[in-house]
Amino acid sequence: MNSLIAMIPSVLMIVSPILITAIGGMISERAGVVNIALEGLMGIGAFTAATVHYFLEPSTQLSVPIALSAGLAAGLVFSLIHALASVTLNADQVISGTGINLLSIGATAFLAQIIFKMERTAPFRLGMMPGLWGIYPTAWIALVIVLISWFILYKRPFGMRLRACGEHPQAAASAGINVRKMRYIAVMISGALAGLAGGCLVLTQTIQYTIYTINGAGFIALAAVSFGRWLPKGVAGASLLFGTAVALAIYMVNIQSLRFLPSEFFSVMPYIITLITLILFSGKEYAPRAAGQPYERSGS
Amino acid sequence: MKKNTTSFIYKALASDAYVSIFVVILGFLLGTILVVIVGKNPAGMYQAMLQTLTGLDITRGVWNSRYIGEWLTASVPLILCGLSMGFAARTGLFNIGAEGQYIMGLTVAQFVALYFPAVPFLHWLVALLAAGLAGALWGGIVGWMKAKFSVSEVVATIMLNYIAFFFSRWASMQIPGANTYKTPNFPETARLSSPLLEMLTNGSRLNRGLWVALFCVLIYWFVIEKTKLGFELRATGLNKEAARYAGIKVTRSVTTSMLFAGMFAGLAGAAVALGSFNYGRVLAGYDNYGFNGIAVALVGNSTAGGTLASGLLFGMLASAQPLMQSRQIPKEITWIISGLVVVLISLRAGVKMFLDWRARKLAKELKEANHE
Repeated sequence: MNSLIAMIPSVLMIVSPILITAIGGMISERAGVVNIALEGLMGIGAFTAATVHYFLEPSTQLSVPIALSAGLAAGLVFSLIHALASVTLNADQVISGTGINLLSIGATAFLAQIIFKMERTAPFRLGMMPGLWGIYPTAWIALVIVLISWFILYKRPFGMRLRACGEHPQAAASAGINVRKMRYIAVMISGALAGLAGGCLVLTQTIQYTIYTINGAGFIALAAVSFGRWLPKGVAGASLLFGTAVALAIYMVNIQSLRFLPSEFFSVMPYIITLITLILFSGKEYAPRAAGQPYERSGS
Repeated sequence: MKKNTTSFIYKALASDAYVSIFVVILGFLLGTILVVIVGKNPAGMYQAMLQTLTGLDITRGVWNSRYIGEWLTASVPLILCGLSMGFAARTGLFNIGAEGQYIMGLTVAQFVALYFPAVPFLHWLVALLAAGLAGALWGGIVGWMKAKFSVSEVVATIMLNYIAFFFSRWASMQIPGANTYKTPNFPETARLSSPLLEMLTNGSRLNRGLWVALFCVLIYWFVIEKTKLGFELRATGLNKEAARYAGIKVTRSVTTSMLFAGMFAGLAGAAVALGSFNYGRVLAGYDNYGFNGIAVALVGNSTAGGTLASGLLFGMLASAQPLMQSRQIPKEITWIISGLVVVLISLRAGVKMFLDWRARKLAKELKEANHE
């Protein structure tokens, strides 16, 4: 039991980036744009944060927050490609997302070769420091983001408009909402959050960026969005569950009673759970109705 | 004369094949610009590509056919995974799951290679067929879930990719004598290696997988273009409701299509496992052939010939990587080019919007001219 409690900070460390990314993915899909580029956007954020932190670490105390902000900004800028393609040019959202995922691996490794003369960033000395109870500040960042997202989506007119764009864009447009603008904002939020999450991941879990750093965290976040039924509390719960499974796969060697199971058992849990729930919930319409569909202005 | 060129451009934009060629050229152009921006000489990039395609090292004036062999070897799984993605796309499905189907094929091929009696010819043939079957089942599950429970194939295949990956790792490590990265060697009879092809290409790893890929291109073309089944699948892809109205069993089309798609990816797994290795691998990560297959099919417009050609193109990019690195060009430029090509392909809808806009404008002008 003690070992389980001792694991809580590690679990939260792994959950936080998944949760932050999943909230962004949820916002994007709520506005009607499926963003399977989350994985790639996390990679961009992680690369940027790791690089900035490496160079600023010796000279300033504020290196970590600056690196996180840089990761956030990089994710936001990169997500503009997805927004431009899928919102302005009516591109197939899945194809443009796939393209960004491919591009992300290439671009980060390419830049690492240019900047560091190797396929990964040079290791930084110290990442983010854990705070109270050994918990990394990323957990608090994630918590704040969940609360803000819930407040804006459900308590502000802006959130209602955003959700309308994902349910029935034509109706939203006839009520005077600029659907394209809302979708742009939503995609940019998801890009910014994925970039921030990538930064959180690299600064807490490792000491450098490689193309294997993200290792599916973005896809787990994508799964958490549908398992969490596109609701902030659901997505938070799903991320917590999936993050715990990932943490167990890594730390199970420390837990006597679980050692008989292969670590792959825990690694695979998020995906099996999501798959089963997709079948169980089939027929019930939880997904935003217009998610994945380009919005074409009729009669123009 | 100017009018002719512009009208040619508009006609070309309306043709899928020309758009693909245009997009690939644009991708290469952007890649070249990037290489120049970071202060490298793009000539090295193109020399590496030329050497991959022809075996000719232009800087030293040496010719070695091994490079051609390696290029074709790299293209085989890409062509097969492209066929996988393309077959599903023709039925209106987005198969991100080729990676998982590839892994299942690879894993099963390795098991057959290790446990089936070492009978010449039969050994690799059984391994190949079993891998195709395993891939087909893994794809078929998705089709069945889509048809029966209307589960989105995009999310389902992403999940099944990871499930296949972790299953493969776990299963391969159960084999006696396996460690965390490889199993014991399997007998020579399981391998796809072909002395003739090796001799022709100066000892490259080129193997019978090449014939498998070419044979699959033929099957793909025949099923899609020449059979009633293919017609039903295409009709489902073009307009589901109309197909249903015409009496086509849409749900069955979806499952059948995913069975075929999975089979192609499963064969790709076998081609890599039995062609390029003589031991079973415990995968440490994705091989990414499945994901690159998406790019292959998109550029090839999901036609048999187009997929073959674009598979060879992406195979060339992959195979040229070490040659670029040795010329001080970061090899990741090839991934950037692939990514750019996919993003640009996704803009096809934008090209169509532009053509529609232009058609409307022309119609309006015509109307006004008639009024005068």
